[in-house]
Amino acid sequence: MDEEQGVGDIDYQALEFDYAPRSAPDTARHAVAVVGAGPVGLSMALDLAQRGLKVVVIDDDYRLSTGSRAICFAKRTLDVWDRLGVGERMVQKGISWNVGRVYFKGDEVWRFDLLPEQGHRRPAFINLQQYYCEGFLYEQAAGHPNIELRWKNKAVAVEQRDDHVALTVETPDGSYTLAADWLVACDGARSPLRKMIGQESHGRVFRDRFLIADVRMQADFPTERWFWFDPPFHPGQSVLLHSQPDNVWRIDFQLGWDADPVEEVKPENVIPRIQALLGKDTRFELEWVSIYTFACERMDSFRHGRIVFAGDAAHRVSPFGARGANSGVQDADNLGWKLALVSQGLAPETLIDSYAAEREQAADENILNSSRSTDFITPKSEISLLFRNTVLKLAQHHDFARKLVNSGRLSMPTSYTASSLNTPDTADFSGAPPLGGVAPDGPITIDGQLDWWLGQLSGRFVLALFCNTGIPDADALRELAGLQDDPLGLKLVLVLSPALAQRAPDGYACVVDRQMTLARRYDAVQGACYLIRPDQHIAARWREADAPSIRNALRRATCSPMEARP
Amino acid sequence: MNRLNTQSNFSAPDDFYEQLIEAHRDLSTEQSHAMNAALVLLLSNHIGDLGVLAQALETARNTVQSAD
Repeated sequence: MDEEQGVGDIDYQALEFDYAPRSAPDTARHAVAVVGAGPVGLSMALDLAQRGLKVVVIDDDYRLSTGSRAICFAKRTLDVWDRLGVGERMVQKGISWNVGRVYFKGDEVWRFDLLPEQGHRRPAFINLQQYYCEGFLYEQAAGHPNIELRWKNKAVAVEQRDDHVALTVETPDGSYTLAADWLVACDGARSPLRKMIGQESHGRVFRDRFLIADVRMQADFPTERWFWFDPPFHPGQSVLLHSQPDNVWRIDFQLGWDADPVEEVKPENVIPRIQALLGKDTRFELEWVSIYTFACERMDSFRHGRIVFAGDAAHRVSPFGARGANSGVQDADNLGWKLALVSQGLAPETLIDSYAAEREQAADENILNSSRSTDFITPKSEISLLFRNTVLKLAQHHDFARKLVNSGRLSMPTSYTASSLNTPDTADFSGAPPLGGVAPDGPITIDGQLDWWLGQLSGRFVLALFCNTGIPDADALRELAGLQDDPLGLKLVLVLSPALAQRAPDGYACVVDRQMTLARRYDAVQGACYLIRPDQHIAARWREADAPSIRNALRRATCSPMEARP
Repeated sequence: MNRLNTQSNFSAPDDFYEQLIEAHRDLSTEQSHAMNAALVLLLSNHIGDLGVLAQALETARNTVQSAD
C-alpha cells in the first residue's frame, strides 16, 4: 500500500476477484441479470437488490477500474448513492471544491465560485477516483444477500424469447446459458451486447485527442478547478488541472487530431509537458497516463424487448461537464423502481418504455451540453476560434461574456417535463421545480433529531402533505392514509412547520420543516401536497389533497389503468 | 445618456452562442468576415442610439488593442 493513501483505504486497483466455478448447472430463471460491474451496473444491482429482487451481475473481467477515469460526481449522483447506502463513504473520501479559474493565454479572465446553496445534504459535486467509487459500490454489492457477482463471465451471445432472455456466457470452465426475465446492459461504451443485437449508437465523433495524466505530488495548489485556453506552456490548446484524493492531480492536455497516440503516452513525452505546467523543480510521480478521443452519441432506443441499455452502453458524451458516469447512475436510478414493479407484476411492461423515453431525453440534453462545451474548447474553424478568443478577452471585464465562456457546464439532473408519467398541474407552482424535476432537499428534524428530507424519500412513492398552519382533521388524514394500502407502495409523510411540531398526530410519519426551507422550495402553502416518485422526481402536486386524484396520479406514474371516478 | 449594457442579457447564453457559430457553418473565412460586417450593420441599426453605439465601438476597439 502506498503510504500517501489514507488510513483504512485499500488499493482497489490491485484487487483481483476469483472466478467461482459452479457446482451445478445454472437452470434458474433469474429475475434480472446485469452485464457489467462498473459504476452503473453496480448501482443498478444495488437498487434492484434493495427492492427485494435477486440480481446476478456478470463481468468479463476480474478487476475494478484501473486509472482514475471518471473523477467528478455530481450532487444528484451522491443523492442516489445515499439511497443505496454508499453516499457517505464517497463524500468522506472525495474532495469538494467550489472555486474555478479560467485563464486565457497568461491571464486569469474569470474566477467563479460555486459555493453551494445552504440547506442541502450534499455538495454540488466531489472529485473521487473511479477506482474508489467502484470499490465502495463493489463492497456494498458483495455484502448484499440478493446480489451474486460472477467475475470472468463473458456474455457472447443473446437471444430474446417470449418471456425471457437467454444469454450465452463464457467462463474458464466453458460456456453456459443464463436465463433472465430482464437483462440490463451496462457493458460500457463499446457494449458487446449492443453489437450482438445489431444496434449501434449515432452521433458526432470529434476529431481531437486529449492526454490525461494523473500525477501524485505534494503541491500547495488550492483545491480548485483551473482551465487554461491557449496557455504559454501549451500554446494553441487547452489544459485542465483538477485535484483528487491522496494528493493525486488530474491534468488534461488537448493535443489536437494529429498527435500520435503511441508516442504521446511515453513518459519521456508526457513528463516535459507536465514540467512546462508545474515548473522544472516540482517533484511528481505519474500515476496513470492515457490518450483519449471522444464522441457524443446514443442508441436510437434504450429498450429492445427485454434488454435494456444503461450508461455508456446507451449513450456517450465528451468529458467536459462530468456527464458520463453521472448520467449512467441516473439511468440506474430511473430504471430500478420500474423494473422492480414490472418484475413483481404490479405494473405493466410499458413502464419500461418510460425509462427509455425519459433517459433518451436526458441523454439528448447531456449530449447537447457536452457538444457545446467541446465546440467552445476546440473551435472547428478560423472564425469560430476568433469568436471564442474574443469572448475570452471580453470576459476579463464584462459580465455578459463570462456567461458565454464554456469550459464545461456543471452536470444537472434532467427534469422529465414531457413524461407521460406526470399528472399535469392544475394549479400554479411557478416557485417550485418543474413537474418531472428532482424533488429538492432541505434540512428537517424527526423526533427532534436533525436530518435531511431526501433521506425520507427512500425508494418508494411518497405523498408529502404540507401542514404549515394546521393539520387536517382525523377523517381527512385517515382517507389519505388509506392510500398507503395500494400495492404499488406509497408512504404518507406530513411536513410540519416548527409551530406544529408538538402537535404531530399519532400513527403518522412526520418531519419538521425546521427552517421552512421545504415549504419555500416546493412553493407549498398550507395543505399543498406532492406525489414524489421512488427515484425522487416529482410526479404530481396539488394545492389541496384529494385522495381519488392522488390515486389516479399514482396509477398514471406507473402506467397502470386508471380507476373510473364515481 | 443610455449606457451600453454589458451585463448578461441572454436568457440562454449557450443557445445564442451555438446559433452564432452554426450560422457561420460551411462559410469560407472571407465569407464569414463579410457576414460579420453585415451582422454589425443590422444590429447597429436595430440599436439606433448613437451614444450606445459609440461606447460599443470603443469597447470593441479596446479589445483588439489590448491583444498581444
